[in-house]
Amino acid sequence: MAIHIKNGIVIDPKNKIKAEKMDLFIKDGKIVDEKAVKKEECQVIDATNKLVVAGGVDMHAHIAGSKINTGRTMRPEEMRVVRRVADTFRAAVGRVLLTAPAIGYEYAKMGYTVSFEAAQPPIGALHTHEELDAIPMIDKAALPVFGNWHLVFKFVEEKNIEKLKAFIAWAIERTKGFGVKAVNPGGVEAWMYGKNVRSLDDQVPGFNITPREIITSLIQATEELKLPHSVHLHCNNLGVPGNYQTTIETIKLASKFSNSKRQVLHVTHVQFNSYAGSSWRDAASGAAEIAKVVNSIDNVTIDMGQPIFGHATAMTGDAPFQFTLHRLTGAKWSNKDSEVEGGAGIVPLVYLPNNPVHALQWAIGLELGLLIDSNKVVLTTDYPNGGPFTEYPYVMAMLMSRKMREKELQKVSPYVQKATGLAAIDKEKTLEELIHMTRSLPAKILGLENKGHLGIGADADVAIYDLNPLDVDTSNEFEKVYKALKTAVYTIKGGEIIVKNGELVKEVWGRTYWVDARSKVDLEAVMPDIENYFQYYSIELQNYGVEESWIRMPERIVVG
Amino acid sequence: MVNVVCTFCGSVCDDGEYENGKIKKLCRLGSAKFAEKERIKSPMVDGKEVSYEEAIQKAAEILVNAKKPLLYGWASTANEAIRLGVILTEKVRGIYDQCASVCHAPGTLAVIEEGLPGGTLGSIKNRADVVVFWGANPMEAHPRHGIRYSISAKGLLIKDRKNRKIVVVDVRKTRTAKNADLFVQVKPGYDYAVITALRSIINGNLDAVPEEVGGVKKEQLVQLADIMKNAKYGAILYGLGVTQSRGRDRTIENAVKLVQLLNRTTRWIIWPMRGHYNVVGAGEVPAWEVGYQYAIDFSRGYPRFSPNEFAAVEVLKRKDCDAALIIASDPVAHFPKAAVKHLKEIPVIQIDPFPNMTTLLAKVVIPSAIYGIEAEGTAYRMDCIPLRLKKVVETKYWSDEKILAEILKKVEELKKG
Repeated sequence: MAIHIKNGIVIDPKNKIKAEKMDLFIKDGKIVDEKAVKKEECQVIDATNKLVVAGGVDMHAHIAGSKINTGRTMRPEEMRVVRRVADTFRAAVGRVLLTAPAIGYEYAKMGYTVSFEAAQPPIGALHTHEELDAIPMIDKAALPVFGNWHLVFKFVEEKNIEKLKAFIAWAIERTKGFGVKAVNPGGVEAWMYGKNVRSLDDQVPGFNITPREIITSLIQATEELKLPHSVHLHCNNLGVPGNYQTTIETIKLASKFSNSKRQVLHVTHVQFNSYAGSSWRDAASGAAEIAKVVNSIDNVTIDMGQPIFGHATAMTGDAPFQFTLHRLTGAKWSNKDSEVEGGAGIVPLVYLPNNPVHALQWAIGLELGLLIDSNKVVLTTDYPNGGPFTEYPYVMAMLMSRKMREKELQKVSPYVQKATGLAAIDKEKTLEELIHMTRSLPAKILGLENKGHLGIGADADVAIYDLNPLDVDTSNEFEKVYKALKTAVYTIKGGEIIVKNGELVKEVWGRTYWVDARSKVDLEAVMPDIENYFQYYSIELQNYGVEESWIRMPERIVVG
Repeated sequence: MVNVVCTFCGSVCDDGEYENGKIKKLCRLGSAKFAEKERIKSPMVDGKEVSYEEAIQKAAEILVNAKKPLLYGWASTANEAIRLGVILTEKVRGIYDQCASVCHAPGTLAVIEEGLPGGTLGSIKNRADVVVFWGANPMEAHPRHGIRYSISAKGLLIKDRKNRKIVVVDVRKTRTAKNADLFVQVKPGYDYAVITALRSIINGNLDAVPEEVGGVKKEQLVQLADIMKNAKYGAILYGLGVTQSRGRDRTIENAVKLVQLLNRTTRWIIWPMRGHYNVVGAGEVPAWEVGYQYAIDFSRGYPRFSPNEFAAVEVLKRKDCDAALIIASDPVAHFPKAAVKHLKEIPVIQIDPFPNMTTLLAKVVIPSAIYGIEAEGTAYRMDCIPLRLKKVVETKYWSDEKILAEILKKVEELKKG
């Protein structure tokens, strides 16, 4: 059925539409020209005085696979919040950790229509896809992790970029993954010996390579493969006071590369990597320095990793960090060393406003969001590490209102006044900037051409909010802004209305994107190496990986 | 066909070779699974042979008419079927429980208390210079575990058996113990105390440890503590000897704390030796669908987890269910008498490839294809590594997935009325 969205106030940064009153037309799941539909046959949505934007794009969240599922198992206390009793829709439960149906439902209710699982353990790829397949409402994809994979180490050590490219193409196809994620490159391998790496130039145990070489080789290979998304990096030294310098050094590694379409390096949840100081006793914000560097170069983007006060669960591929966190908080701890590919860890967490460190983290996230050019910073909470994704509207409202920040600052530890520059930041981002940071920018960074905007031919993923951008004063009416963005009046996914007045009205199943880059590489040249390395696996090479036919709705993106 | 995935035990070996009805390379347990066996010939209602459609109609009626049905089993079927089973349970507001509740569930409770510092079997094979089997006897229960993953597996850093120390802690000298470098014999029920003693020694509180703990001499405890401390990468693999003896989840929790302690100075992991080939999936699938692994009640329309209340044995003993769907399991053979007694009094639907004790009292019997031989699907090895099960022969039997999809469809129709 065709849809006519009438009289809405459209913000569509990619197409340079800044709060204009206009009509939108949808047919066969796409945004189409007015002439392509018969108006009398359209279902009409009256969007008078309402904000009309593209569906939100979450480019970094942990929504599927062994990590979040172990999190659910070890934290039944998280699952006891009932969000929905089963009726024509599924039962949905969870406080911050959510069940798969709840993840889809909550994104949809907030007007988000795409989410990327940010760390897929390659050997567990099938598990990740099973969970992605259990998430209704949204489109999705997974980023397999490469930064501690022995085969990557081997080709980096041999300085054989051609083989590295072939291996990446092979691995992305086998995992039905979307791009190249790296988590604490080299550091997780060091963890297998009870250690970590501390700088870009530490040697990785057992290999004659350094994190610096792993990162630059992965960037070079990714760029030569012309993957839609750049290397997506969780930096070394995460969670360590003083780490902002490592982060800056890492960001600068990108300066050797360029790409006319997009960044060459996306550094993720940077808040966790923006600490100055030498211990948690004198920790301070390094956000301003990082912002300066990011703003000064054109080929790096970041996302925030904003903490939200309240419950969270730390879960990353950064296994040594997770152990450190367990030692720091005394909380329960899960770990998973994974064959010769990497590892992961999980630790429960709660961010308390009165805790100086937590308040510092909260302030740093906001500083990054405010100080970094809106064309380079994406809004994330690194769900569930920084907290729920359902509080994105809180972060949006905060970035738009100094008054709201002043009010919130009164509730948090005064430590942030001396350790961060947040209180002094006048900057108030505009609604248009926030729409960009949550839609068109993440879509561009991921290389999703039909997402994050409302131009002709875009996927008909639309969110309508009860907020008139021509009328609202985002500086002062922050409560109204927060409330309006929290629950969409309409969410349309692939041309179907899935949410109306904040209530689910239809269950749909989105696509799973994966990238096929095999045509540009010499797979045969790398197969003997892969075959040889499988002696260190505990499964057969032929049983490794995921076939397209096992996925509910796969969509192959061919590059090359 | 090569690289056939075995669907017997939790080792889920994936290197079988199948040709003309014969399987090669697997152990005797795995080979037996592939051998021809007596099957349930046809769907049955009240002992009378019927079509699949008729049996499914009857099954759906029973589930819809029940106030609180119990849907139990799931450890020997594929994830695709388990997922439908969880959704079906939610739909009929029943209770979902799986075999772990009578075997490895104490391990899950320990995860809730302290987490699970673990690793894949591949990391053990590549790195572990010490492997401790605690209340586990893989030589008999998981025959190829040792050669493929743990005892004599050849890995990246550990090239052969000589580089690896094998320790067995058990109440009797098992076959695994006979081949171990160190056997520590514990008095039945004293695992908790022995673990506490090890923690004390490693913590530097040797003085606090008496001359003998749980039947183990202090000298030997010190020896084991030294082996643990000096390991570069150690693994504790525990079995039913721990989960089904005194202390249960508390014993495992204590072992996890021991592993936490050891990780301050070196690397250790701990992992359960799971039994059925997809008992892990029977917990993982409901975890992502509804938040919990087992003992889940949906009578209020949303999932509630309460192991002492909603585990199948407890539910049956309390007579708190008025129908049951039993899939890929045989509770009549394995449950306590008091629980089986109630099963005899309520309508039971059974879905299984093979006849067993439960077949004898089932009102509706639906035979199914054998995953990994006659049907494709996904299973999780004991370490949660997903493997795709292959279909190597044609069959007239429907898969569990298809049967459950049809039951679900019928249930939805009946509910709409």
